[in-house]
Amino acid sequence: MNDTDTAIPRTLPIRSATFTNEVNAEIRRAAATGIYDIRGGGAKRRVPNFDDLLFLGASVSRYPLEGYRERCDTSVTLGTRFARNPIELDIPITIAGMSFGALSGPAKEALGRGASAAGTSTTTGDGGMTPEERRHSSTLVYQYLPSRYGMNPNDLRQADAIEVVVGQGAKPGGGGMLLGQKISDRVAEMRTLPKGIDQRSACRHPDWTGPDDLEIKILELREITDWRVPIYVKVGATRPYYDTALAVKAGADVVVMDGMQGGTAATQDVFIEHVGLPTLACIRPAVHALQDLDVHREVQLVISGGIRSGADVAKALALGADAVAIGTAALIAMGDNDPRWEAEYQELGSTSGAYDDWHEGRDPAGITTQDPDLAARLDPVEAGRRLRNYLKVMTLEAQTMARACGHNHLRNFEAEDLCALTMEAAAMAQVPLAGTDWYPGKGGF
Amino acid sequence: MQTYDLSERGLRGLNSVLHAQREETNRTGWEVVNPRGSHAIAVGLDAPLEIIVKGSTGYYCAGMNQGATIRVEGSVGPGVAENMMSGSVVVEGDASQYAGATGHGGLLVIKGNASSRCGISMKGIDIVVHGNVGHMSAFMAQAGNLVVCGDAGDALGDSIYEARLFVRGSVKSLGADCVEKEMRPEHVGILEDLLERADLHARPEEFRRYGSARKLYNFDIDNVADY
Repeated sequence: MNDTDTAIPRTLPIRSATFTNEVNAEIRRAAATGIYDIRGGGAKRRVPNFDDLLFLGASVSRYPLEGYRERCDTSVTLGTRFARNPIELDIPITIAGMSFGALSGPAKEALGRGASAAGTSTTTGDGGMTPEERRHSSTLVYQYLPSRYGMNPNDLRQADAIEVVVGQGAKPGGGGMLLGQKISDRVAEMRTLPKGIDQRSACRHPDWTGPDDLEIKILELREITDWRVPIYVKVGATRPYYDTALAVKAGADVVVMDGMQGGTAATQDVFIEHVGLPTLACIRPAVHALQDLDVHREVQLVISGGIRSGADVAKALALGADAVAIGTAALIAMGDNDPRWEAEYQELGSTSGAYDDWHEGRDPAGITTQDPDLAARLDPVEAGRRLRNYLKVMTLEAQTMARACGHNHLRNFEAEDLCALTMEAAAMAQVPLAGTDWYPGKGGF
Repeated sequence: MQTYDLSERGLRGLNSVLHAQREETNRTGWEVVNPRGSHAIAVGLDAPLEIIVKGSTGYYCAGMNQGATIRVEGSVGPGVAENMMSGSVVVEGDASQYAGATGHGGLLVIKGNASSRCGISMKGIDIVVHGNVGHMSAFMAQAGNLVVCGDAGDALGDSIYEARLFVRGSVKSLGADCVEKEMRPEHVGILEDLLERADLHARPEEFRRYGSARKLYNFDIDNVADY
């Protein structure tokens, strides 16, 4: 008999499902630095999303349209309620607001180039409108934000639409912080603040509070622009039914609903991951609010937050949206998180596909930076071409889904085209669980 | 002087006719009668017009003004001269909340009192208040000058950046990162000029200056108790 034969069996080390390696690493990082984790992007946790829905396609009761032959239109008009000049877009996929400051000048130019080439709109962000993005954007939406950084009536009058930003999906109820590393001379000048300081973007507007005030604010914006351009109201998804209803009551032409997968330039990770609703969960309540007020399709609904493909676009439209907006996906199309920069991502302690320290201004792809050397890496013409291609592919994919469901226009999608793979998705999207005619909350039991 | 009866001809007509005036217009003088507390009177002007509003107004009177001179012979609702770029706005009475909010330039004179958050997020505007200002005035004020000839309420200059605050009376309390600062000769000069332009007969040496301690400009864990 040897020692091995007499050894008492040991319990294998068990890793905690609560205190995972990632959790422990974050605890150690917090203990070492005394500050919470700040990052860019949207929620990374797995939440019910468009992948949990399927199109049913044509069958005996419905016939499809011929691919590559029969026409399937994609145009959308936004702002038909009050504006004299509604926005006409070739495709229902728009570019969400992202600031010059968060993004480099070439990146903003590329967004304008790509969107214009695809026949859609792009949007300014905190810090105001740059001449470059106005010049390269055939349709430009001007964000009216709580900080009012760079807010200028001349730019307001140059805009094709105005988006009053109440909140965004990554941080509903939160403001922003553009850290000093990204405050170049030009960014500082546009925002009327000293170079190098952390620039706080306010979480609420300085001169109105609540929906009654918002109605008067919208009136002011309409008067300043002589009722020419549409006015959007953008909210982070939290109470989509009531926020949509109140935006309509306040006079919005378009409601933009941004789910928690929607990105930000810089916010606390705890905020991004623990506040707000998944995009999938906010569409139907918003649509119901529009229907209850008898303005569905008269007040358009734009959905954003984690839209990646034409299938996502088609599903959002089928649930009742009129258009979608993309942000993170557009950056990826332009070159963000590209494996070609892997060595540099590694040097920054990250890896391609996971890099989210956009606030530090050291983006190897030259997109989320104000460093002139890094920014010069992005060719705005080439990046714009890539974005155009991506938008075209998404549109083709959505058309493919539409023809399969027998629709000759993307606007003709309907919730009856969908089923859900999970109970959660069925409940949130209010479409039947696959193989049934039931979803949670629907009567019949 | 052109006369515009707001009660008869409506708000949209007023603003559109004022927007139609260009630099070279000879119709520079306008009198707006019967404002009756209407919102958004004379907003988005972009020409050197001279407007007299004969009565009190609602929200956002003279919002985003560029180059016009607007006088309100009454009191104003919230957000008077919000985001003004240039020109001047004079209020003969009192002003509600957010007077001069986010203004980038120009001069706002309030001959009565101003309510809370006067000069919030101001970005270069000059504001002179003959009377008192309410709480949280000059919150997150970035640039420009706020002159208060009376008293200031709670949390004056909370989270202030580079704006300068001059107060002749008492300050109930200062907000986060706002401190009293030395009144140097250049500040006396600024104040003299503003008092003269605001038609005020007060001596600069009666005022105290407040501004940013600049402790909160970059995040520091040791300062979190300040907010």
